[in-house]
Amino acid sequence: MRKISISLAAPVGAFLLTLVVSTIALMAFGSSPTEAYADMLSHASKLETQVDILNRATPFYLSAVAAAIGFRMNLFNIGVEGQYLMGFLFAAQVGGLVSLPQALHILVIMLTAMMVSSLYAGLAGILKTTRGVNEVISTIMLNAIAIGGLIAWLQQKWQGDLGENFSSTSLGTKPIDESGLLPTINGLLELVTREVGQGKELTGMFLVAILVGIAYYVLLNRTRFGFDLRASGINPFAARAGGVPPKRMVLAAMMLSGAVAGLIGMTELADTGKFPPDPIQGLGFQGIAVALLGRNNPGGMAFAALLFAFLDVSSGVLDSTGAASREIAVIMQGIVLLTAVVAYGVANRFRERDEAREAAEVLAAEREVVPA
Amino acid sequence: MTVAIELRGITKRFPGVVANDDVNLTVEKGEIHAICGENGAGKSTLMKILYGMQPADEGTMKVNGEVVEFTSPNDAIDCGIGMVHQHFMLADQLTVLENVILGAEPTVGGGRINFHQAEAHLSKVTEDYGLTIDINQMVESLEVGERQRVEIIKVLYRGAEILILDEPTAVLVPQEVEALFDNMRELKASGATILFIDHKLDEVLEISDSITVLRHGRTVATMKNDGVTAHDLAELMVGSELPTPDTSESTVTDEVALELRDLAVRNEDGRQVVHDINLRIHRGEIVGIAGVEGNGQGELVDAIIGTADISNGSIAFHGRDVTNDSVRKRREAGLAYVPEDRHQEGLLLSSPLWENAALGHQTQAPYGSTWWLDRGGAREQTERIRKQFDVRTPSIEVSAHALSGGNQQKLIIGRELTSDPDVLVAAHPTRGIDVGAQAAVWDDIRAARRNGLATLLISADLDELIGLSDTIVVMLRGEFVATLSPDEVTPRDLGAYMTGAALQNGGAA
Amino acid sequence: MISTLTRMPAWARWALYAALGVFLLTLVQTISDTERLTQVATAREMLRFAVPIFLAGLGGLFSERAGVVNIGLEGMLILGMWFGAWGSINYGAWWGLAIGIGGGMIGGLLHAIATVTFQVDHIISGVAINILAPAITRYLSEEIWESPTTSPRTSAVGDWDVPFLAGGTIFGWESPDWLLTISQWEIWYLSDVAQLSRGLLRGTSWVAIIALALVPITAFVIWRTRFGLRLRICGEKPSAGEAQGINIIRYKYIAVIMSGGLAGLGGAFISTELSGLFQGGNSAGRGFIGLAALIFGNWRPGGVLLGALLFGYVFGLDLRDLDGTASHAMLLVNAIAFTAVGIWAFTRKNRTDTILAAVLGFGALFWWIVADTVPSWWSNTLPYVVVLLVLVFFAQRLRMPVSLGQPYRKGET
Repeated sequence: MRKISISLAAPVGAFLLTLVVSTIALMAFGSSPTEAYADMLSHASKLETQVDILNRATPFYLSAVAAAIGFRMNLFNIGVEGQYLMGFLFAAQVGGLVSLPQALHILVIMLTAMMVSSLYAGLAGILKTTRGVNEVISTIMLNAIAIGGLIAWLQQKWQGDLGENFSSTSLGTKPIDESGLLPTINGLLELVTREVGQGKELTGMFLVAILVGIAYYVLLNRTRFGFDLRASGINPFAARAGGVPPKRMVLAAMMLSGAVAGLIGMTELADTGKFPPDPIQGLGFQGIAVALLGRNNPGGMAFAALLFAFLDVSSGVLDSTGAASREIAVIMQGIVLLTAVVAYGVANRFRERDEAREAAEVLAAEREVVPA
Repeated sequence: MTVAIELRGITKRFPGVVANDDVNLTVEKGEIHAICGENGAGKSTLMKILYGMQPADEGTMKVNGEVVEFTSPNDAIDCGIGMVHQHFMLADQLTVLENVILGAEPTVGGGRINFHQAEAHLSKVTEDYGLTIDINQMVESLEVGERQRVEIIKVLYRGAEILILDEPTAVLVPQEVEALFDNMRELKASGATILFIDHKLDEVLEISDSITVLRHGRTVATMKNDGVTAHDLAELMVGSELPTPDTSESTVTDEVALELRDLAVRNEDGRQVVHDINLRIHRGEIVGIAGVEGNGQGELVDAIIGTADISNGSIAFHGRDVTNDSVRKRREAGLAYVPEDRHQEGLLLSSPLWENAALGHQTQAPYGSTWWLDRGGAREQTERIRKQFDVRTPSIEVSAHALSGGNQQKLIIGRELTSDPDVLVAAHPTRGIDVGAQAAVWDDIRAARRNGLATLLISADLDELIGLSDTIVVMLRGEFVATLSPDEVTPRDLGAYMTGAALQNGGAA
Repeated sequence: MISTLTRMPAWARWALYAALGVFLLTLVQTISDTERLTQVATAREMLRFAVPIFLAGLGGLFSERAGVVNIGLEGMLILGMWFGAWGSINYGAWWGLAIGIGGGMIGGLLHAIATVTFQVDHIISGVAINILAPAITRYLSEEIWESPTTSPRTSAVGDWDVPFLAGGTIFGWESPDWLLTISQWEIWYLSDVAQLSRGLLRGTSWVAIIALALVPITAFVIWRTRFGLRLRICGEKPSAGEAQGINIIRYKYIAVIMSGGLAGLGGAFISTELSGLFQGGNSAGRGFIGLAALIFGNWRPGGVLLGALLFGYVFGLDLRDLDGTASHAMLLVNAIAFTAVGIWAFTRKNRTDTILAAVLGFGALFWWIVADTVPSWWSNTLPYVVVLLVLVFFAQRLRMPVSLGQPYRKGET
């Protein structure tokens, strides 16, 4: 019982502390915290907003799982950002060029994204295994190379047919045919809720995200590969002596992480059908935050993704109600992350101490029974 | 006779264990006072309290007749107490000088170190006490005996008159121990008081004036070294007999289980740290490798396990060449491994015991297969290990770090021996564990030997080597220099071979 | 010859490398028929880009020498950017710098609390700070300046011309500009050296001068003072320091806060001097490049400066190279550099390095011969590629502080 309450205390405590700090931040600039929170919550109680939140949470969750795969092995794949954009771009281009029956078309698109993304991540993995280049710096550099250079250049080359009426909406890669767009699942949703209005559609990637979460859990906890991966993260020396091939693991983990990262852009792609000149950015870093907040745990990351999505989406209403600056959401995300990370460290120590005490008590009890 | 140190009623508790329980200690000025006890008796904790590294929960301390309360080592240093730790506290990437003056740096103008003054003072100390060392060398290039000398210089530099030595002979061979004892006698002659922790009773009897015995955190006896025998001390320490060398009949067969041929290993700088190694271990045989740490034993073990690349030669298990096999393949071929540092190479400290039991065997039944883990099977097996090897724990779900060192080692031994191995590589298998666990581990290894296990044993504990091995091989500078029989060899001879003195003198001293 | 090389004092070695570098550039310039590689303006841009990178890297030096990995330098730099801009707008240029340092120090304090007191993994804490810092600056920006990403214009601290060498004024008297004279003589190599040096010494921001001065100051502090020795023990073997009565926790805190302050100064420099305003996104990863400079420099201040100048040069050149000829010429520089690396690797009997360098060298040479210009993505990404290449070839021969990244708890041996 005590174990569970310690585990829960950490995120709850972090959240409370976040509320305190953001309340102070709001009051410091003359906004009313209660108004702001009330506005956000009431906005979020609408079904349409909730669909938005789920749509927003989906790429967060995928990004978090991608980062978490690395984290479980003590690999810091900061390059999720660059990897998913590369995957997104290539998938959009390939998807626009081919025309296949729906299931196949969608599959080809997703696999392309996953493969490209995985290879790009594998590059960092190779740098680490062959030359010992720290993956934090290499993935950050690869991010910059992708975003600053490669993607911009390829975007130009792959600019779709602009047509006669040049407008901003025709910028981007060649649009994918209907058959390549992953269908939305409002139908499924409406089985349990009322009809969704305002033209909001729940993305089909939501289901994919759930599947990915399940696969992540199974992989990590039930497969031998998952055992190897976790062991490498906990103690690479012991893992090595225990037969886990270190370099192969690093490469495999990075590529797997990259593969999942490739799915991040699929939500946007299924929606717009092309890679636009200004795709949504920052999903890679938010995913890292969600993974840390969720402690690399499939369920925890889901809650964290929903929380971040809630903050992002419902703070949008603050622009129109004027209760506060919508940027408060970003602050809350940052603070909840930092405090949670600290709280987890503290909770860990409590748990370790408890365990040590229990074990020592057992020892002491036995010792007294044995004649000295 | 003035009293240098008087401890009364010292008590110290940690979560779940009482490390020191109403301990009394009286050390007279100018004497060499030994503190004995098995691992876990509370000796180190007591010394840490005396040195100000930890506060006592109860009790009083008097130094040179005055009551003191230490909040940090600085306070102890101010009272003239200096501690030489068992695990050297030296930074490899700093010079001897920097390591010694740290914390007491002579400064000029508020921060700049006065290196001239430091060098002068240091040279004086080393000359006065006859401790030769090059003070501008990086510590990483020093040998074990030299590093210990630096530790002693460190405390003398600060004007220590009461020296605490924590298991100083643990890493030395007999010849180096003699040199240390000479230094100690010289220090005593210069007026120093020396407290030293040791559980090697022959050494204690050789050098000390008085002896205090601790057991389970309590003072069991204090006496003058006057007619005391090792037997008496042992009984006080353990309450029972010490383990003795095994003299039962040989179980060595003709079948070769492990064969090393012309084995050589290079380190990162390209130097050969292991070369010309030829060895055969038969079923039912234990071969013990003796040697001062740093002579290639670690690299030899890594080469056999598969974590180090071999630059020449071959390794074969039961005639099958495994030279190019991965660690996993060798494990699956029947290799078991008890690593030297269980925390670093043997355990996943934050994982539950049943996952630790699977480590190294996760691709084999009952723990798992190529693709899937068998969690139920792993748990059952761990329960079996727990019972058979007497691993004391509340449950197998507990994290490994919660267990004591002895129980952790028993778990490791258990998981390795129950994996049906053909070859066992055991490096320092009883290092840092209490005598009870040590005896259990020795029994388990002997039982496995009777069942046909071939074992390569690496140890710095000469009693362990002599007691367990069928053959002893001495390793020096990366090669085997002598093959000895445990029935005939003495610790002194062994030490001579280990340090090369025997070869220089054309034989054992 | 190799032995005389290793026996020279560090500063002489760095000077020699610099001289060789300039030689290489001059040579390529002649072959490639471009003037840009050794122009005064190029050197000036190099320094301007190098300063924040260097300051971040120096911050990393203090932190890592004390055993704390500081990935959060980017975030601390961003805090410095914002607070520097705010301070400059409201109180003037010098106050801007001071407040920018303060902002960075706040970030450092957070990192210290998380890692030293609460034992949070260093990299995780750094990542968290990198996420938190932009959030804070966005919020404050929005509240104070109505825009989450831009601020009003800031003012910079002044420039200075070095007298005699670059024609600076002393009490109103304009001193001769010797470097200008030498460069006007148009002597091959000599004039190029003069030009590049002049770019560093004329119109140099005071911040840059402070940064350059920090090199010998840092070296002195780290190796010749009590503070420095104690700081180093924290990163090498904290248990040894603790046993000798040193308050490890205090020194770690100081080091990490200092690293935040230095990164903050770098950020303040960006928003006051480089861009003239706070602009979200202007950090451009310079905190991370600073880390790369730290690794390249083997955790020594002179090395960090050299790394920062190297990266700054590539950035600066790219900025000014509107027609692409200089970037094209850089291919030849790359080719020659790879060849040099290959030869060095060969002498060290390192086969893989030699082959790798040779392949890259031939590739670059081939490309230089075949193409007239380089595609835009190459020049945009060249700095980051250079960072990667530097790490690929040099990361393994370096010696980081032994206890770097390890958690420290008082009383543990």
